[in-house]
Amino acid sequence: MTAETGIGARVRRKEDVRFITGRGRYTDDINRPGQLHAVFARSPYAHARIGSLDISGAEALPGVVAVLTGADLAADGIGPLPCGWMIHSRDGSPMKQPPHPALSQGTVRYVGEPYAVVIGETREAAQAGADLLDPDFQELPANVDTASAQSTAPIHDGIANNLCYDWTLGDEAATDAALASAAHVVELDIINNRLIPNAIEPRAALGDYDAGTDMLTLYTTSQNPHLARLVLSAFVGLAPEHKLRVVSPDVGGGFGSKIFIYSEETVCGWASKRLRRPVKWTADRSEAFLNDAHGRDHVTKARLALDAQGRFLGLKVSTIANLGAYMSTFSSSIPTYLYGTLLAGQYTTPAIFVEVRSVFTNTTPVDAYRGAGRPEATFLLERIVETAARELGMDPAELRRRNLIPKDAFPYATPVALVYDTGDYQACLDKALALSDYAGFPARKAAAKARGKLRGIGLSCYIEACGLAPSRLAGQLGAGVGLYESAEIRVNPTGNVTVFTGTHSHGQGHETTFAQVVSSRLGIGLDQIEVVHGDTSQGQFGLGTYGSRSLAVGGSALMKASDKIVTKCRKIAAYLLESKPEDIDFEDGVFRVRGTNKAKTFGEIAFAAYVPHHYPLEELEPGLQETAFYDPQNFTYPAGAYVCEVEVDPDTGITRIVKFTAVDDFGQVINPMIVEGQVHGGIAQGIGQAMLEACRYDRETGQLLTGSMMDYAMPRADDLVNFDLDVVRTDCTHNPLGVKGCGEAGAIGSPPAVINAITDAIGVRTLDMPATPLKVWTALQAGSAAAKGS
Amino acid sequence: MYNFTYHRAGSVDAAASRLAESGDAKLLAGGMTLLPTMKQRLAQPSELIDLNEIDGLKGITVSGGTVTIGAMTRHADVAASAEVKQAIPALARLAGLIGDPAVRNRGTIGGSIANNDPSADYPAAVVGLGATVVTNKREIAGDDFFTGMFETALDEGEIVTAVRFPVPQKAAYFKFPNPASRYAVVGVMVAKTASGVRVAVTGAGPCVFRQSDMESALSGNFSADALSGISQDADGLNEDIHASAEYRASLVVVGAKRAVAEIA
Amino acid sequence: MAKSHVSTTVNGDPVEFLCDAPETMLDVLRNTLGLTGTKEGCGTGDCGACSIIVDGRLVCGCLMLAVEATGKSITTIEGIGAPDRLHPVQQAFLEDAALQCGFCTPGFIVAAKALLDRNPDPSETEIRYWLAGNLCRCTGYDKIVRAVQHAAAEMKGQPA
Repeated sequence: MTAETGIGARVRRKEDVRFITGRGRYTDDINRPGQLHAVFARSPYAHARIGSLDISGAEALPGVVAVLTGADLAADGIGPLPCGWMIHSRDGSPMKQPPHPALSQGTVRYVGEPYAVVIGETREAAQAGADLLDPDFQELPANVDTASAQSTAPIHDGIANNLCYDWTLGDEAATDAALASAAHVVELDIINNRLIPNAIEPRAALGDYDAGTDMLTLYTTSQNPHLARLVLSAFVGLAPEHKLRVVSPDVGGGFGSKIFIYSEETVCGWASKRLRRPVKWTADRSEAFLNDAHGRDHVTKARLALDAQGRFLGLKVSTIANLGAYMSTFSSSIPTYLYGTLLAGQYTTPAIFVEVRSVFTNTTPVDAYRGAGRPEATFLLERIVETAARELGMDPAELRRRNLIPKDAFPYATPVALVYDTGDYQACLDKALALSDYAGFPARKAAAKARGKLRGIGLSCYIEACGLAPSRLAGQLGAGVGLYESAEIRVNPTGNVTVFTGTHSHGQGHETTFAQVVSSRLGIGLDQIEVVHGDTSQGQFGLGTYGSRSLAVGGSALMKASDKIVTKCRKIAAYLLESKPEDIDFEDGVFRVRGTNKAKTFGEIAFAAYVPHHYPLEELEPGLQETAFYDPQNFTYPAGAYVCEVEVDPDTGITRIVKFTAVDDFGQVINPMIVEGQVHGGIAQGIGQAMLEACRYDRETGQLLTGSMMDYAMPRADDLVNFDLDVVRTDCTHNPLGVKGCGEAGAIGSPPAVINAITDAIGVRTLDMPATPLKVWTALQAGSAAAKGS
Repeated sequence: MYNFTYHRAGSVDAAASRLAESGDAKLLAGGMTLLPTMKQRLAQPSELIDLNEIDGLKGITVSGGTVTIGAMTRHADVAASAEVKQAIPALARLAGLIGDPAVRNRGTIGGSIANNDPSADYPAAVVGLGATVVTNKREIAGDDFFTGMFETALDEGEIVTAVRFPVPQKAAYFKFPNPASRYAVVGVMVAKTASGVRVAVTGAGPCVFRQSDMESALSGNFSADALSGISQDADGLNEDIHASAEYRASLVVVGAKRAVAEIA
Repeated sequence: MAKSHVSTTVNGDPVEFLCDAPETMLDVLRNTLGLTGTKEGCGTGDCGACSIIVDGRLVCGCLMLAVEATGKSITTIEGIGAPDRLHPVQQAFLEDAALQCGFCTPGFIVAAKALLDRNPDPSETEIRYWLAGNLCRCTGYDKIVRAVQHAAAEMKGQPA
């Protein structure tokens, strides 16, 4: 039974029937009696002081119930939104963290920053009230540019040069020595373009305070409801933890942007308590563009040292990372520990040094977006490696092969703090080259040329560190919370099972994958298992879903809980079968005395546990319910090799991806169908970053120029092709499932493959993302002008 | 949206008189530009006069070398029309390239040309095919209809009722869509007609325009080679985050060549 | 301002409702009629999450005024199939895991049904072009395209 539904089976997703019939229940689908509507008044300026704010006109408007400002928030003791990861600069000083009030208190620092909320009987009434707010804005100089932020006017009082921290990792002297002695040094300037996440479900929040029980329930679009509750109670002061229930029902995509603690959710909870009525807010798409934390936005200089044979000797990286106007929940950790530590990639580079200066600008806060730091590291590394191959006249595949960490070198300690447990990078590369018919590329290029098209091929060998995270290590590195995960298995008296996980599914398919794990361990059918997540009043504390952590950490907790259930069942079975626990075999849901026909099914054991008339009550508690917490010993290290092939129309710069090949090593795979979907989606977002998605601010005014789907291009069905996937399997050595995580891989591995392919096609050294037709055409024009000039 | 009143017009005359009575009323055709604009609170009409239930404004007829398309005919209907595909395949193709299926199912030819978005496709068809715009008051030559960015020759209270396209000897439309909006970064309609060659360009400038150098060159020699010496001046062309003026100028030439190559 | 009274047909059932002029069909479906399967992703006709079928045509519910529904026949995701009687498109999405977070999914299923109703045998290119009005951030479209092909094959195999 479980072979068809257990680990490794392509099982249909249990959650899908409700989604395909329109029965999903998302935050905006929830309404409460007497509910009010919140509309936020937002700054039209990138940087301005608010001289005065007269709310009387809005307050007097029929249908407006309240107008609340930053001053009201402060008066009620609702604190600023914290950043949960402390980073220290190279001189040992702590990062400069400016206060981030949920409603601005005197100064606004990016377009869209909320400075007041109007709460009305209807959304229309609240909007009409917000329209009447006309603060006396005194405009201040604004800067949106990452590279020059350290030399522009300070955005926050007391933070010189707009510098949050100046962080380093690695051995600078050894790296400098490698650069000095190298046969070749390749230099590259790289911009990693800012992205706007755009989950299709906009963020939403519904605060519902019950004055009778003093319980505040917050329905919200969160990837981590338990963490939201912890932060909102312990740091923001919204309500004591036991008087705050956070519910994240079905959530329509996150990609990182729904991890964070935002103003609007905080304000809806606070306003509901204050007004004693439910308060609801759902972002419109414009608010999503302006206020959901953005991603990436790095400016980097890198130098790679190679010996005469093409072996990497050292890598020196200097990055400026844009944090936006305020520090979002995990923003400090993304360009540091999730970036610098990945700069070894799949290679044996012995000396690496990275310095990162994170700066404030008058832009939307920047935080984790699918991959979070690791795509930036991979893009840099795979671009400079590709550039090195071209400059040395070597086949890019061969240069990589020469530097890959060999299969027998694991565990492998990199010079940037990580210890990779396992991998087979050579196998991934070989498989990807074969699947993409790398050898046949020259013929395809020639055929394309005959049709007037420029064809290019690009590789990318990525690694990521995910499965966040070993708590002790994270704590040493500055994390404000632990990063273990929890699971609880409640076996019901009739033998079916309810599973509670501290992770949260917003597309990942946990209701299926986690059930498959339990099905395999307990020998019961998938239809006997219900996976529950997303409600702090139901499940135990957990840390949520991001960083490709859910299965590696949460699934491992589930394995532990399953094992505890089986251990107890053995004891019950031994008693019922008059044997000893160590003599009981458990297979396919049946407990059997070894070598006999004496057996009890899982259901019979469950019933005995709950109706303990014949039960070892002296030694065992009745009931069958176990909780486990799992803290990983190490990160997991998914890796892979991607090959992108493109065709460029030289007359127009229009570029089509004609073939995309991805070979990934995720260790053990629980449900291949779900994993393929995760890879597809990641690749699509990576292609989006590489070819379409450009977040642009006006440099003078700080206005977001790409604030709608009419201006910010995202991949649509006709922009993409079907992808060719395969896997290599080396199981993670330190978690019980041997799994590594797959959610971010596609977004990490694909951008450099795309840009390597396009630059190969058009014969240029560099091309900034996104490689739009305009940029490709412009690069081609520059190339032909240079050719004519020479 | 700001509040407004809704009025369903039963006839063009009724719509016109209603429009005349109400200073800041607007006509609702497909609504594919008007409604998003209102939802983003960038427009605040006091009233919408809905033309959707006026039967006389819908439909396609082909007779005597002319394709007549009612102003309220949806893009999808033009794209799918066997008669249009037969008479002016480039026109059906152009309609099928507008936006996405939902836009094509609601958007109308009258609404599109009356709005005269500089990146819209239909102006290239009206000018490139030498069409005539019929209103409730008069007939306006396609060449005279589009007067500037979002500006047309329509008077206050004047309503487009149909567009008449003379059937060309041959015509082709080439479009480079904006990857985000699917509007034309550049669209070029090339037509060989009884009265000469027409080349109309949309997307590139503030308003659709005829490329007279190309028309002259193609008049003598209707082949892509005839365009090889011709360039488009980038001066005055649109510049935005998606395309520079120089890039647009280049696309005008590429688009024209490809359109000619398709039919020469 | 007086509300308008609208008589229409939704998922085969006669329906009457009152609405203000600025209310969209999407607003009324979700807030007045309780049909929350149709989603709002952008409100400006760019994402397709609010796809519905009106008199046989695929449209964005967010760009149709509710008052325009008078006399029309509207199909939403709830009318296409139910858990115990899935439409072939829904069945194919289920079998092929052509969805992840599920938020854009009703729009895709409605759009795919509208496509197959008019073109029972679309090519991959035609499917991709038709679905370009629907944004999905999760799937990369690969499994969606395959599911629509799968559904088309199933529907052709069925007796008419």
